[in-house]
Amino acid sequence: MPAKTKFEIKLGAATREAFGRAIVELGRENKDIVVCDADLSKSTMTTYFAKEFPDRFISLGIAEANMCAVGAGLALAGKIPFVSSFSAFVINKGFEQLRCCAAYPHVNLKVVGTHSGISIGEDGPSQMSIEEIGLACSLAGFVVIAPADEVSTKALVKAAAAYVGPVFIRTGRPKAPIIYNGDQEFAIGKAIEVTEGSDVTIIASGLLVAQALLAADTLEGEGISARVIDMHTAKPLDRGAIARAAAETRAMVVAEEHLVDTGLGVRVAQAVAETCPCPMEFVGIQDRYAESGQPDELLDKYGLVARDIAAAARKVLARKS
Amino acid sequence: MPKSIEELQAIARKIRREIVQMTGAAKSGHPGGSLSAVEILVELYFNRMHIDPKNPSLADRDRFILSKGHAAPVLYAVMAEAGYAETPADKLNTLRKLGSVYQGHPDMRYIHALEASTGSLGEGLSLALGMGLAARMDGRQSRTYAMLGDGESQEGQIWEAAMAGAFHKLDNVVAIVDYNGIQLDGFVKDIMDIAPLADKWRAFGWHTIEIDGHDFHAIQAALSEAEATKGKPTCLVAHTIKGKGVSFMENNPKFHGTAPSAEEVKLALQELQ
Repeated sequence: MPAKTKFEIKLGAATREAFGRAIVELGRENKDIVVCDADLSKSTMTTYFAKEFPDRFISLGIAEANMCAVGAGLALAGKIPFVSSFSAFVINKGFEQLRCCAAYPHVNLKVVGTHSGISIGEDGPSQMSIEEIGLACSLAGFVVIAPADEVSTKALVKAAAAYVGPVFIRTGRPKAPIIYNGDQEFAIGKAIEVTEGSDVTIIASGLLVAQALLAADTLEGEGISARVIDMHTAKPLDRGAIARAAAETRAMVVAEEHLVDTGLGVRVAQAVAETCPCPMEFVGIQDRYAESGQPDELLDKYGLVARDIAAAARKVLARKS
Repeated sequence: MPKSIEELQAIARKIRREIVQMTGAAKSGHPGGSLSAVEILVELYFNRMHIDPKNPSLADRDRFILSKGHAAPVLYAVMAEAGYAETPADKLNTLRKLGSVYQGHPDMRYIHALEASTGSLGEGLSLALGMGLAARMDGRQSRTYAMLGDGESQEGQIWEAAMAGAFHKLDNVVAIVDYNGIQLDGFVKDIMDIAPLADKWRAFGWHTIEIDGHDFHAIQAALSEAEATKGKPTCLVAHTIKGKGVSFMENNPKFHGTAPSAEEVKLALQELQ
């Protein structure tokens, strides 16, 4: 573990952009990779794939339910289909099809939701997806991934293609702070300890990994040693990493750009309760919808920035026995 | 080897007996919409589709999806008769019982030779489109048939799929609507009328043929016409009789989702000799 250096936000590509690039690389390697999109390819970035592989790009119009089931049909006939749209649409409008056509028969379908969370900004709540980790995790047998940055997204999209079975991947609209360089290895279900720490653990996913790292720096200035874990896979959960962190730090914060009621936090809490109970606090979207605004303004207003994570850490430390 | 109409009719009678017996033994299930689909499935599995029950994963096989999955009894009986190893005829009477491969609705986890797990209405045609797209990309001759219910046609996804099938010119996909006119709550025309159904499919860009779904000659001619139709998918609107072959079940909404009693099974089997 290298000596701790202060985390600085340097923006890399958006995770949706990383997905769009990764799927092209996959397409070059494997002719069975196909992509379906529902009139949002210029936003989901599957447009890159459509340009390079027009014969393997299937435009299905604004009809997500059909798209999800068509994707399952492609998989049943031997393809490795990626179906993509905004998370809010593909998971909500396609949920029943994902359940019956992909989850229940355990079909090799990959679902990529983009424009997740409230950080899409100006478009507002109808386009914001704040429920899909909970929804996707309730599809039995699905793998559910929410990568933090460009490097991890590329690696995990490729891991999803190599894995046989249904996968949901959550990506975002804005440029994502760089967390990893190219040396980091990623595996489905294997959490990454981004910084070590002994007083409190902050488990985060997506954009909030960067906020967690900023919070850890703030806490360090207060003499608090915070471990930051990137829990990029919400299912299957890395229970080993969680149990270790709970046992070693005895206090935990989970931070995510998702409803706190149904997201990563409740899943981690279950694992903590079952392995090594300790005080926990949760940073996420409370029981409400957001609004239009700039991404940074929204993350700040809805309590999803480093300040909120640090406050939660202080709170949980006060409860630590 | 092609089968004669008489041979197909004999198989159809046998399938009907099995449907009555297995739903009777299960004491639940959907006999009416199974009986209405018998001739179409018999033609597909015994005379039409390029399949090998001894090699269910044949790469260029034709595929059948029972989108109206509640008619599972007809599919199970047909697959058992066709000789798939996973669907033993002597176990048909375990339908719907714990541990049986004959689940209430078709379930690929139990019968791998099924092309899809179905049961939630509206989804099978979309699955068929995916299979048709894959076959075309791979240059396989494989054709995919999806049987839809008439009540099922009230699902919006059917029309999303209808649009997509025509848009992608999937001439290797055939939709077959089992238009028996009855759904769970009563007559389709009283629940949510779907007429004029053939006009709807034509308007959505499908080559559409209306047939008597119990007439093997008509079914064969229509399926051949579908094969010869290039550049667009085909929809067969098959006019059928719910409960066909058993007098007291015919056109009787009760037998959409109610199994025959032991006495009714006896009477039905007498009629189906």
